[in-house]
Amino acid sequence: MSETVEITCISCPMGCDVELEVNEDDDIVDIDGNSCQAGIEYVKNEYRNPTRILPTTARVKGGVLPLVPVKTDEPMPKGLLDEAMEEIAKVELEAPVELGDVVIENILDTGVNIVATRDLPKK
Amino acid sequence: MKDKTDILIIGGGVTGCFAARELSRYDLDITLVEKEPSLCTGTTKANTALIHAGFNADPDKLKGRLNMRGNQLYHERIQHELDVPIEWLGALVVAKEEEKLPKLEELLEKGQENGVPDLEIVKGDDIYDLEPHLADDAIAALHAPTAGIVNPFELTVALANNAAMNGADVYLEAGVEDIEDKGETKLVKTAKGDIEANIVINAAGLYADKIANMVGIDKFEITPRRGEYYLYDKQADIDVQTTVFPVPTKVSKGIVVTPTDEGNVLIGPNAEVIESVENKSTTREGLDEVLNGAQKTIPELSKRNVIKEFAGLRPAITETGDFLIEASDEVPGFINVAGIQSPGLASAPAIAEKVVGIVKEEIGGLREDPDFDPNYEGPPKFRHMSHEEQAKLVEEDKNYGQIICRCESVTKGEILEAIREPVGARTVNDIKRRVRPGSGRCQGGFCEPKVVNILSEELGIPEDEVVLESKESKLLRERTKEPLLNEEEVSDNE
Amino acid sequence: MNKQEYELVVVGGGPAGLAAAQEAYDQGVRDILILERDFELGGILQQCIHNGFGLHYFGEELTGPEYAQQFMENVRERGVDIKLDTMVLEVTPEKDVYAINSDDGMLYIDAEAVILAMGCRERTREAIDIPGTRPAGVYSAGTAQRYVNMEQWIPGEKVVILGSGDIGLIMARRMHLEGAEVEAVLEIMPFSGGLVRNIVQCLDDFDIPLRMQQTVTEIHGKDRLEAVTVAEVDDNMQPIPGTEYKIECDTLLLSVGLIPENELSKDAGVKMHDVTGGPIVNEGRETNIEGIFACGNVLHVHDLVDWVTEESLVAGKTAANYLQGGIDKREQEIEVNPGENVGYIVPQKITNDVEDRKLVDLYMRCKKPMEHVTINLYSGDKKLLDKNERRVEPGEMITFPVPEQMISDDMDSLKVDIVKEGE
Repeated sequence: MSETVEITCISCPMGCDVELEVNEDDDIVDIDGNSCQAGIEYVKNEYRNPTRILPTTARVKGGVLPLVPVKTDEPMPKGLLDEAMEEIAKVELEAPVELGDVVIENILDTGVNIVATRDLPKK
Repeated sequence: MKDKTDILIIGGGVTGCFAARELSRYDLDITLVEKEPSLCTGTTKANTALIHAGFNADPDKLKGRLNMRGNQLYHERIQHELDVPIEWLGALVVAKEEEKLPKLEELLEKGQENGVPDLEIVKGDDIYDLEPHLADDAIAALHAPTAGIVNPFELTVALANNAAMNGADVYLEAGVEDIEDKGETKLVKTAKGDIEANIVINAAGLYADKIANMVGIDKFEITPRRGEYYLYDKQADIDVQTTVFPVPTKVSKGIVVTPTDEGNVLIGPNAEVIESVENKSTTREGLDEVLNGAQKTIPELSKRNVIKEFAGLRPAITETGDFLIEASDEVPGFINVAGIQSPGLASAPAIAEKVVGIVKEEIGGLREDPDFDPNYEGPPKFRHMSHEEQAKLVEEDKNYGQIICRCESVTKGEILEAIREPVGARTVNDIKRRVRPGSGRCQGGFCEPKVVNILSEELGIPEDEVVLESKESKLLRERTKEPLLNEEEVSDNE
Repeated sequence: MNKQEYELVVVGGGPAGLAAAQEAYDQGVRDILILERDFELGGILQQCIHNGFGLHYFGEELTGPEYAQQFMENVRERGVDIKLDTMVLEVTPEKDVYAINSDDGMLYIDAEAVILAMGCRERTREAIDIPGTRPAGVYSAGTAQRYVNMEQWIPGEKVVILGSGDIGLIMARRMHLEGAEVEAVLEIMPFSGGLVRNIVQCLDDFDIPLRMQQTVTEIHGKDRLEAVTVAEVDDNMQPIPGTEYKIECDTLLLSVGLIPENELSKDAGVKMHDVTGGPIVNEGRETNIEGIFACGNVLHVHDLVDWVTEESLVAGKTAANYLQGGIDKREQEIEVNPGENVGYIVPQKITNDVEDRKLVDLYMRCKKPMEHVTINLYSGDKKLLDKNERRVEPGEMITFPVPEQMISDDMDSLKVDIVKEGE
């Protein structure tokens, strides 16, 4: 029994709807609907191990703003985004914060760090 | 809240505030209660903002007499005493068909009977001298040079503050829940506490019948009539000089096109009898009717450059079609000021004058307060000043150097002033009505967070307690991250 | 009044103003003042905390604040004068600038050149004429973005988003990630104005439905928003009777378009273009008023900040040339006109004779989406250049570089059209 999975390719603005046929051993046996080679690479990766950059904010005490924007320094597993949000919500930093400061190291054991994406001076 | 007063006025619209201000000339203890957190949230908030000349109202009715007198009082006194925008732009009633001419003549006669000065019927090019952008098929127009426009928000706020300066007490969020008739006095139960009054003035607008019912008066019923409007951007380049009416028909008064005191163009209203006094919803049909109607006199109008749609309710007593202003026969000391539909704003000073007369009769004479000060000055208007004046203002107070609303050039100083007045602003919309942040083309997109912040700081409340208009109209829900932290707690507990 | 003199005044310290100031400095102008109304530089990028910026210009993917900070550091290093919390009240045709802040009071600045970089604002509920009540809970997406990302407030719990442009999509993800429920994103057009990537990563990732050819036809709720009525629309964007349904929600976010903010420009006598809503400019981004330039979203709404930067560098450079002895004009002005399926082109004309220039970039938007197209450049009937694209859509700006050597003295107009490949 094989199964069809649909993935929209985002390698370029074309946004091809690509169909992957996957057999019972979870092997990709067919790819259809892409219009270029980059599409194949993208959907394979997106099927096996979808990852995302997570941009969000973290709380800051004593800064010119109550939040500092942060992101993952590498793409992280898509399935852990919600959990990562909860981890980041717990953090409360002290101003000043500098761009690149590590806010959480190795979040949820993903090997990915949460880093600040701007300077946030003290009030 | 205090527990006794000579006169308790119910309702913080233009009628109630005018009565409060006129009564504060006398040696009386005056109290005004308003159910909302802000003045001016009912009929006064959403109308055409006109000081009608007085040619349209029936001379046999109270409306006809009071409109003319009200217009006169605005000319003679109000515009000099209160720092409120009033402009005498004049009005035109435009006829495009021969068969409308008799109606124009009829209006002229009615106006003359009401005592409206300087009315005339103009024809041909003379019409276009008065209003160059009028539809090109106008054949005659009734011109009423004494018609004017006023800012109803600023007027109401000025009246309440002037009354307060002269000793009146104004309580917001003090909706009347019940009234106990104790003979000599009335015990009025409000959301802010009970207060015993010698005289109660019912200026509750859309709710006037319900208030009257509380003391057993059921001789009138208020029917809400809804009118919808479009307001245009100042920069819309629609050139309208006067207030333009079509000739009224039996079914419709027609859609008015008028400049506002700030140089916007306002069109409306349609008129629709509705069930609920709460229903201030605009409708597709209503708004289309307004635009179609307005295009008949000013064809260049379209939906382009509209910055706001809104609806207002008129509290009509349909049985008489007239104002009801009288001391109750059944309940001594209870004065109804009800059914104040159009031309209520134009008549307001005369209505107040009449109310003073009734109070005088009820009490048996009034003593003037020698300290009464009829003058009131509102917050400065940065946007109307020359750069030199602006420079001077910011030198005196740094807060005038901080522009909060970029569309209307409103400074922090003006907003603080509005909050710090005797009857200060407490809501985002109240501040908008008084000093205009959010009244421009972005409708608060940029300045609303800043206004919320200023209100929060000045009132000493958290930002999520700041409301848009009513007590329940909170703008913000939770601090960012709170929902995630709460979720965490929930799952920890499981 | 506090009178000052500057060679160059830049109105706005967002990405456009920063890049323009930086380039003018690098071209040798030393006397530069940036006037910024917010408490910090960076403009709207500071609230655009998502990634996706800078791929073209920096060759790497940055967040909005990262992109902004790069240029903020650049202008600071160069010692450009900056006034924050300062609102420009008026720019006169003589290039006198009136601005105000709490510390200096009224500033009267005699400038030799002015670059307008005020950005844009969002269209409102009123501008798209949605009837109903007027409760709390109706926000433009950008206002909500500022609340959530900078002011630390979540406006509501159950959200409907009208408009599937990138801001709408980005806010759907933000609201979801911060714990709100996003009921749906509605799009009146048959296609989304947002990037495919954003549809996938902001909606699909979180199972947020995107409903095409639907719009909000009524707003309900007395105090706080309680629900919206939604209807399907026909191809003329008119609601189809009978298709209405209600969505309960306490928040409606509107992402229904951006409008260049040109009140100052108009007061200065700058001529506007009907389609872009911004000034009419030449390829140096100079307006009809000599010495007044415009760049970034005040000129036309861009999709990517990278193009804003490129354009602003051009404006900064031309302003520098202007200040350093003037710009040589071509004998004949060349009009640049949109042809088939082209909504607009910036610049609207080519007027300058610039020595060392290799390319003139034309920025344009198509009117409707199309696949496998050829973009043709004509001078009169003569085709000068073409390039093929796999897909064009109105949401995405098309850049079309025209080599300088193709622009000849006898031309008086250029035209671009977008047609199916092979036609």
